[in-house]
Amino acid sequence: MHIYANPKRFLSLAKWLTPLFLWSGILVTALSIGWGLTQVPPDRLMGESVRILFVHVPSAWLGMGGWTGIAIASAALLIWKHPLASVAARAIALPGMVFTAICLATGSIWGRPTWGTWWVWDGRLTSMLVLLFLYAGYIALSQATAREGGAPKIAAIFGLVGAVNIPIINRSVVWWNSLHQPPSITAGKSAIDSVFLVPLFVAVLGFTLLFAAIVLMRMRALIAEQQVEARLRRRALDDDMPVATSRLENA
Amino acid sequence: MREALDHWDFVIAAYAVGLGGLALLTAWSWQTMRHAERRRDEVKRR
Repeated sequence: MHIYANPKRFLSLAKWLTPLFLWSGILVTALSIGWGLTQVPPDRLMGESVRILFVHVPSAWLGMGGWTGIAIASAALLIWKHPLASVAARAIALPGMVFTAICLATGSIWGRPTWGTWWVWDGRLTSMLVLLFLYAGYIALSQATAREGGAPKIAAIFGLVGAVNIPIINRSVVWWNSLHQPPSITAGKSAIDSVFLVPLFVAVLGFTLLFAAIVLMRMRALIAEQQVEARLRRRALDDDMPVATSRLENA
Repeated sequence: MREALDHWDFVIAAYAVGLGGLALLTAWSWQTMRHAERRRDEVKRR
């Protein structure tokens, strides 16, 4: 992991991984969407609305996966002081928040024809909404510390503490049984028929590739901004130097 | 009595929200990256 602590080395890898993830993500996502909309039969109970599965589930997994990534990056920053860890965590936060918002919105749209309501304050929906607020808080905190020159450790601690919500989201449908269905996919087992499961995994792959591409693009942007700032600061110091020297000579 | 809802309206709305959001996020991230890297190259040249 420390091989890529050098931004130059990381950027040379990111430069060829970004278009690779982006274009393969667009291709695989388009394939899964076409598959989900045209090839999958309607479900016996949910009817045509089952097709929402292929947007909703990958967004939910990536919303949770995003915060897991923030927690890992935060640990890497606090334990190993990895120089790119805070950049990675900041880069993950926005796409993580957008995927969580997509999950909540598509879930609400799915809930209307399936449950007869747009929203219910059950464990899964509420803990997912808490995740959205955690993302908003993390973004505000990390931007404030970056702007004010504060220590990125504060955001990292917030990232680690917020990770408590991830197992709560995961177990919520077991602990508080309400409208949301219990887990359909667990380790090695699935209650979903392969007709739906295969395109679902293709959609998860496509969305994950796009998520990775977005994170890389945001990391590249954040690194470039830091390089500009460092260069301008260095230049300003160099400009001040002759003045300071002449003042010393005149004294 | 159950309401007769056209499920396709909900499917279209969900895909529009999901894919629209994803497309906007991707395009914005690309634009931000290009702008930041172009600025870095300009500052380096100056």
